[in-house]
Order: sequence, then structure tokens, then C-alpha cells
Amino acid sequence: MATENASASERMAWRAAQELRDGDVVFVGIGLPNLACNLARATHAPGLFMIYESGAVGAIPERLPVSIGDPSLVTDSLAVVGQADIFQCMLQRGLIEVGFLGGAQVDRWGNINTTVIGDYANPKVRLPGSGGACEIAVHARRLLIVMRMGKRTFVEKCDFITSPGHRMHGKTRAELGMPGGGPTRIITDLGVLDFDATGEAVLSELYPGVTVDQVRAACGWPLRVAESVRAVGEPDGAVLQLLREKLDPKRLYL
Amino acid sequence: MNKLCSMKEAIAASVKNGSSLVIDGFTHLICFAAGHEIIRQGIRDLTAIRLTPDLVYDQLIEAGAVRKLVFSWAGNPGVGSLHALRRRSEASSPERLELEEYSHFGLLSRLLAGSAGLPFWPLRNYQGGDIAGVNPSIKTVRCPYTGQELATVPALHPDVAIIHCQRADVEGNAQVWGLLGSQKEVAFAARKVIVVAEQLVPTEVIRKDPNRTLVPGIIVSHVVHEPWGCHPSFVQGFHDRDNDFYVKWEDISRQPETYRAWLEEFVYGVKDRQGYLARLETGLLDTLRAKARVCEGVDYGY
Repeated sequence: MATENASASERMAWRAAQELRDGDVVFVGIGLPNLACNLARATHAPGLFMIYESGAVGAIPERLPVSIGDPSLVTDSLAVVGQADIFQCMLQRGLIEVGFLGGAQVDRWGNINTTVIGDYANPKVRLPGSGGACEIAVHARRLLIVMRMGKRTFVEKCDFITSPGHRMHGKTRAELGMPGGGPTRIITDLGVLDFDATGEAVLSELYPGVTVDQVRAACGWPLRVAESVRAVGEPDGAVLQLLREKLDPKRLYL
Repeated sequence: MNKLCSMKEAIAASVKNGSSLVIDGFTHLICFAAGHEIIRQGIRDLTAIRLTPDLVYDQLIEAGAVRKLVFSWAGNPGVGSLHALRRRSEASSPERLELEEYSHFGLLSRLLAGSAGLPFWPLRNYQGGDIAGVNPSIKTVRCPYTGQELATVPALHPDVAIIHCQRADVEGNAQVWGLLGSQKEVAFAARKVIVVAEQLVPTEVIRKDPNRTLVPGIIVSHVVHEPWGCHPSFVQGFHDRDNDFYVKWEDISRQPETYRAWLEEFVYGVKDRQGYLARLETGLLDTLRAKARVCEGVDYGY
């Protein structure tokens, strides 16, 4: 099939979708994660169980939801519940297998900042804040982080830790008694980072044409690299067509 | 008791300078009509509370109605920033807004405590991150049964809650379907509740489907009938979200001049919600009207 090469967003959405297994219970966030979940459901994971923070449980939206509170999430859902039920009975009770987050900054431990750039009391940029991100990071059994790489986003130290990763101010999740498993992967536009046994991010996969040096140059800390770095596949023509023509024809996220 | 009145009357009777206020809704059922009436009445120094302050809260901020914001996620959902909020909360701002922030579950827990008549609510959260460090209201408690340390937040009792619903009777028995947000917790936590209904129905209609009632009339002080009161937000079964407006808002709100011009035209320049609707592009509402997806109903017989 004659299709132009995949864009960075398309690669990330496709790679993120590969993390989802049929039947996984996933807490769907807005943006690329939303697209990745709907792509997984349309391809290898038709039984993906999507829960949205807004209260839709077992959603099968007909159109790509513009926000996580889109009315199309309600129509044909298995259940629609109040947000207290979402956070207490679904998330805190431990029913969520996979959570997805992005942010303005991430550090080597998978801590994420969506609160402020600069000092909290005198921020250079005021960001939206946590929303449900903090509790997703605390409770999801697996957390996937989806972010473009750059020295301003992959930082030595987050200006503010909104959503905890593996190690916060020197303390581990186990020491802090956190129930969820913490970040398992960071999916970026250059490659994929896994986390080692100490909870530090390690470069493990590269997209075709990207070098380790390029990734290191886009990272704000001295990035560790796995002994063998795998090549990430690329979405094929059929997947690209599905993304462009069916899942996101208005290019909301691509 | 018939509690029906105009939006103007409901706001004038309930929202005062310095009140704490929730106009609830999670993308769904956000009563813009109430926010605009508060702006027109020139009410000041509000403590504005909501998990997701969105466009109408930003408009209240731009209009100078808000002293303090209590929130957990502040943005234009799916689109971008709240620009009045950013102008009032970044280092370069001359007049700073007071912010008190939580995560969604944290603020929701404050409302849960308020709605349940308890002084606080425990939650398994906030270990390791920085949110509790910048908000002294978040504390911890040791569980007397397991010895586990849990985060706690104090009960919240807003002076006024404004709840938009699909249908209500004149006593304020309010039925809601679709996304429920935190409307139930907000209503029961508040000291005073204004119900705004898309459709006003006889009490017999409410009684035919009692499981659908989210807010009982006994906690409601005023009922307002305001169809399309939520535009550009949506009302499941009535009209879709005006997504194009949310996208356009990013440009309107980025500059104070265009922001003020919009407020002049659509808020200060009209008398009420009918005036606002009359200024919208001709035919817009027809394009947003919901296509029917009627459920078959249930049998309440015994």
C-alpha cells in the first residue's frame, strides 16, 4: 500500500497500542493515549476494557472523543458511574491494570510534572495540575508514559512531582507503601525506555534511523542504555490508513 | 413547594460577595448560564470550587468575580490553557489569584466528607509526590485497625452549589443521566443548592423513574428552567458539546482585548440566557441537537 512514512505521533500511538493486551482494563487519558487505546481495540485487542475518568466504564466510542468527557463515551457503554465510584471502586480498589500519562516534565525515575514550570509559588508557567494523574500513578498496576523527548521535557529533576514514579526525594515506592506498580515504559518519538530493577529509565528500543547519540542528546540526564537495544517496528500501511481515515480523520492528535 | 424562579432571582438570592461556590459538571452539564448571571450581577470575592474549572470559571476570573480557586485540573479540556487563570497565577502577574489545589480524588474526597457529614475523608494517595507539600489541608492519619498511614482531606461545605440536570420538577427533584461528575457529592455537601433544569416536568414523570433522581428536592432551594443553559458544554440526550467553540476559545481568550470584547458581547451585552442564545450563529443550535438514542426503560412493578 502506498502510504507516506509514519509521523512521530503515529509511531508513538502505534507503539503505545502494542503495550495493551486483549482484555486489559485500561484507564484512558486524553490525547495520544486515547488514540492508542482505540487503535488497540480496532486491531489486536478488541476486548480492551476502557475506563474513562469521566465515569464511562467499558466505553466503545463511535467517534474519537475530543475530551475524556465526550458524550460518545456514554452511548453504548457498559456502565456510567459517578467520579467517586471511578476513583474509589475502580482505581483505589485496584481494578486498573494499565494507566497512561504524559506531562510537561519527566525524570529518570518516571516522576511526572503537570503542575508548574519554575517555582510553585512563583511559576514561570502555570500548567493544568494533577487531575486524576496522581492517583493513576499511585494505583495502576502498570503505568505507561507517552511523551516526546527533549532536554526541556526529559529533565534531571522535575520542578514539581505531580505524579510519583519509582523514586521520589530518595524514597522508593515500596518504602512509601504505594500500591501500584509504577511506570513500566516511556514511549517517546525517538525510542522506548524501560525501567531497571532500581527504577531508573534505560533506553531499550530505537525507531528505524534514530541513533543512541540522538536520544542521549535529547535527554536532560546521562541516559543509561540497555546492552542490546531493540529496533521498534513501524506501523504498516493498513494501520496508518486506519489511524488517518477512521480513528483520527480530523487530526486531533496526529 | 414550588421553588421555580428566574436565574437572576436564584443567583441574587443565593450568591453573595465572598460566597464559596460550585458550578458543577465534568465536561457534561456545566451551567454557563449561571456563571454569566453571576458576572452580570457584579458579585466579587468568590471562592470558586470545582475539580475541573473550565471556560466558565476562567470567565468568572477574567470578570474579576473570583478571589480564590479550589481545584484539581484547570484547562480547556482537549484544547489548551485557561488564559485568564494563567495571567493571574504566573510569576509575571500583577494581581495574583489564590490557588488551593488537589488531585481529582483529593478534592472529590473533600466533597465526599462534606456530603456524608464527616469531618474528613481518608484516601490512599499523595505519598512521594509534591502536592501534599504545597497544600497544608492534606494531612495523614494512622488507621486504627491496620496501622497503615493514609492521606486525609477535610470536609468541604460550599455555600452554594449549582447543579444542571436534564429534568426536574418545581420542587427540585433532579434527574440526571450520562456523565454524573461529582454532582451528587457537591449537592449534598453544599449549604444551598440551585437546580437548573433543561426540561421542567410534572412530579409524576420523576416518580415514574425514581432511580434516575440524583438530587432530591428536600435539599434544593431554587429551581431554574434554562434550556441550552450549558452551551458550549453538553447535555446528554439534548445537545452535543460545541467542540468548535472550545477550539475557537483558545484564540479568543489568549489576548485580554479579545477576551473582554467577547464578555461584552455575550455576557454584559445581554439581559439573560435568551439574549445569549439569540447572539449565537444562526442554525448552530440545530447542528448540536442530539440524535435520539432512547433506552427502553425498566419495570418498577411489584
